[in-house]
Amino acid sequence: MNFEVSDLGCKRGDLRVLSHVTFSVKAGSALILRGPNGSGKTTLLRTLAGLSSPEGGTINVSEDSLVYAGHADGLKAQLTVVENLQFWADVFGHDGIQRAMDVFDLHSLANRQAQNLSAGQKRRLGLSRFLVTGRPIWLMDEPTVSLDAQNVAVFAQMVESHLAAGGIAVLATHIDLGLSTAEMLDIAQFKADAEDSGNPFLDEGFL
Amino acid sequence: MIALLKRDLALALRSGGGFGLSLAFFLIVVMFVPFGVGPETSILSKIAPGILWIGALLSCLLSLDRIFQLDFEDGSLDLLATSPLPLEGIVAMKATAHWLTTGLPLTLAAPFLGFLLNLPGPAYLWIFLSLLVGTPALSFLGTFGAAITVGLKRGGLLLSLLVLPLYIPTLIFGAQSVTLVADGLDNTTAFLVLAAVSLLTFALIPFVAARALKVNLR
Repeated sequence: MNFEVSDLGCKRGDLRVLSHVTFSVKAGSALILRGPNGSGKTTLLRTLAGLSSPEGGTINVSEDSLVYAGHADGLKAQLTVVENLQFWADVFGHDGIQRAMDVFDLHSLANRQAQNLSAGQKRRLGLSRFLVTGRPIWLMDEPTVSLDAQNVAVFAQMVESHLAAGGIAVLATHIDLGLSTAEMLDIAQFKADAEDSGNPFLDEGFL
Repeated sequence: MIALLKRDLALALRSGGGFGLSLAFFLIVVMFVPFGVGPETSILSKIAPGILWIGALLSCLLSLDRIFQLDFEDGSLDLLATSPLPLEGIVAMKATAHWLTTGLPLTLAAPFLGFLLNLPGPAYLWIFLSLLVGTPALSFLGTFGAAITVGLKRGGLLLSLLVLPLYIPTLIFGAQSVTLVADGLDNTTAFLVLAAVSLLTFALIPFVAARALKVNLR
């Protein structure tokens, strides 16, 4: 199964950020989104995930095969590590909690409340959520923030084995993960025309 | 969806703000009334149904802004919106969890507080029944307000202003169905309208609030 996007227009609020976004990712490979801050990586990922509605263009997969993670980890501070994972496993109707905890070595933290985790530990827990969703296409926004070098390698390994199993990952990241099948996509080329914001009230004078 | 309900109940229990806060607020508001209007039992028993209903309504309002705000801030609302759960189902579960943690405790406590206000005898059953039927509408309407204001910082006050007018029908018919009984009259119509308002909110709010959430998550 390929993940194909063609001619997609993305908006953030009422501001048109990207237009004519076109790419294709083969099963088993990753797409790394590159671009300076503010170039629309997050906007693109949120549009792909179905959080913002696209302005024209097509996405060839349904939202049911995508799983998204943003800058925030979506953890509940008063729940323990296991309970957080169990919740998402229940929501997605999938299991794999043990494997998820193996990957990021969370067993020693299993019964600790998420509010008592360090930033890096929270991120590890947030990333391990991907493993309990059972969905093939991963959309990740800056997944390696606050991970140490060792855990970045663990994370790269996790993505690698997801790809080896025929999955797809779309990542916005500034560091090199050393993935074997990754392609780069510079999204600066899709930058939307400021003139062409589609909303006459949003021209330069109002920004 | 049951997982979401269970999670919200567990969070409400652990963070302490859920069950306790609204109930304590209700208790305090109702206890302050005799201090304010004086201890004359004839006046108190006349205003008791209204006071209990207004107290319940205000206590409900207290915890509304956390229905979606906390999930929005820690990012889990984004993740829930992209999960297999339909947004309408998420709204319905959130409203149910809110009712179980605020409306239900208030309903159970109201007859005891009625004693403080010298509520007339036959009205005890009806304050319980009218709150039982009416408070779910308060939670659902409040969830709608919370969905509209979810992206706003310090949206709590705006939320109250938006939601309070929507509470008017429930307040009128809820208080009326107790007052009529206290006066020895038939309250069937008022009670049925109260139930109808609740059923209407169950049917409409999940869809409307899901729409509002979608706009706010954009």
